[in-house]
Amino acid sequence: MSVKTIAGVAVNVSEDGYLEDMTQWNEEIAKEIAKEIGIELTPKHFEVIKYLREKTEAKEALTIRKVGKSGIVDIKELYKLFPKGPLKFSSKIAGIPKPTSCI
Amino acid sequence: MSTEKKPLEKVCLICAKGSLEDVYASLVMANGAVMEGIETKLFFTFFGLDGITKKAMNHLHTATTGNPAMRMPGGLPFPTMLGGLPGVESAVSSMMRKQMEALDMPPVDEFLEMITAGGGEIFACKLAVDMFKLEKEDLSDEVSDIITIGEFYEMCDGDRTQIIFT
Repeated sequence: MSVKTIAGVAVNVSEDGYLEDMTQWNEEIAKEIAKEIGIELTPKHFEVIKYLREKTEAKEALTIRKVGKSGIVDIKELYKLFPKGPLKFSSKIAGIPKPTSCI
Repeated sequence: MSTEKKPLEKVCLICAKGSLEDVYASLVMANGAVMEGIETKLFFTFFGLDGITKKAMNHLHTATTGNPAMRMPGGLPFPTMLGGLPGVESAVSSMMRKQMEALDMPPVDEFLEMITAGGGEIFACKLAVDMFKLEKEDLSDEVSDIITIGEFYEMCDGDRTQIIFT
């Protein structure tokens, strides 16, 4: 674990750069992590992020299938929003732990 | 020694067997690669074709005979003689599919859609399609083409490419 300053806030991050404490997250942090990945966040991105954070708070395991059935985006749209990392990048931006699911 | 990381860029999978676990092994690995942003090609041949044949793909079975890892619910060994009784393989397979669904593993048709939604490509082997007297219409709409193994190898170029046979 290390401390990193993102968008002016010192946060605890894992080796891979995922926030260790999701309560340290804010929208500015999301934007900065997204920028590092190369994603410009739109309101649609934030809808997905909000969903991911809610499910994580409820301790539900996340899969792209679940996000695809959330009613927010289908899987194709999810890949468009977070290219090459539909669950990995979205989780990183949402300030939640690295996904542990294989699906 | 160089410490530079050389991540995989392309994964080419060959699914040649049609049991539930063989097809899902290929699907999980293919989908996992797509989710990691790795270019993915999935080639179905021989009995593996059941995994992309509309009629068969959502009713795949797991072998209840000749499968020493098979257990009864609760963990006791599964007697081979029992596995041969009519209907047992069907029942066990449907039970397994239910358990997979509980882990959010989709049915085969949906799994194929997930793979292509992320840009993965699915192919059928021409020789096997001819042998089983199948037509393009018999195959899932997610199958982009029926190709020869030579054409498949042509797609597997690149020095960070792996071919996986399941």
